[in-house]
Amino acid sequence: MPRIVVDVMPKPEILDPQGKAIVGALPRLGFTSFSAVRQGKRFELTVDGEVTDEILAQARNAAETLLSNPVIEDVVNIEVVEG
Amino acid sequence: MTETPLIGDLAAPAAGSALSGARIGVVTFPGTLDDRDAARAVRLAGGTAVPLWHAATELGDVDAVVIPGGFSYGDYLRAGAIARFAPLMDKIIDAAKSDAKLPVLGICNGFQILTESHLLPGSMIKNDHLKFLCRDQVLRIENNTTAWTSDYAAGQEITVPLKNQDGQFIADEKTLDALEAEGRVVFRYVGFNPNGSRRDIAGISNAAGNVVGLMPHPEHAVEAGYGPAHTGTDGLGFFTSVLNKLVGGK
Repeated sequence: MPRIVVDVMPKPEILDPQGKAIVGALPRLGFTSFSAVRQGKRFELTVDGEVTDEILAQARNAAETLLSNPVIEDVVNIEVVEG
Repeated sequence: MTETPLIGDLAAPAAGSALSGARIGVVTFPGTLDDRDAARAVRLAGGTAVPLWHAATELGDVDAVVIPGGFSYGDYLRAGAIARFAPLMDKIIDAAKSDAKLPVLGICNGFQILTESHLLPGSMIKNDHLKFLCRDQVLRIENNTTAWTSDYAAGQEITVPLKNQDGQFIADEKTLDALEAEGRVVFRYVGFNPNGSRRDIAGISNAAGNVVGLMPHPEHAVEAGYGPAHTGTDGLGFFTSVLNKLVGGK
């Protein structure tokens, strides 16, 4: 069944405390090549049947109203994944 | 005053109180923790607490509403994000924006629900130090003209408990400047910023002053001997403020 994948990231100007903690932990494990980490969220919305334009529009609406908070987050990607 | 039981019918009106005719709704969501303390604070202040269930489709006969703290829906998705779409929230949002200007106080998770509802601007993100923090916190009352702060003096400092993980108040610079210019920064952290909140902001109001939200917990500081050490009752003024406004029309 197809899924609609929605990726949400903290806005660039918003400090991401979790990303900051992760970037601090990486070098302790020997991963020294990464200067910054930002942590976002991935949602997978399963659709029973075909993804129509209407369903995709619903997903976009849900992404803007419930899945993300526009004050602190951006919806950076919405795509359909088959199977 | 008659004794208020720790466990009992908190909705019963306080005997003989001139304020007991004022009915303050206290909302419970799945995962709310501080509804009983909030109801108790209403009662200790002399009012009548009315339990409200999140799934109700009518607000009923209440004169003001407290959205208490806790972890509604386990803080899943974002703190307050799912509770914000409860049926009762639609009624609260309408009533808060109506000409009647229903007084609404959001404490901690309740504050998060009010920002998710866009009744208040900005948002709360994880504390800058990433840890859950519980401490006695000094606040300054920056605006004593709101529905929930009129019994305090402007500039008065109070001590109430603070306990949260997602308590860092953020908003863009333009919004912060507007909040400051319009006197809508109602509470500021004093001495120590416990979570990285912009400009030490602990709580704010809407433009009309009927909707107020803050992260610290006044409802846990309403009874001598139980709240922070120096008096323990610094939070009672929130509840007497709104009751006096409702009864006295001030």
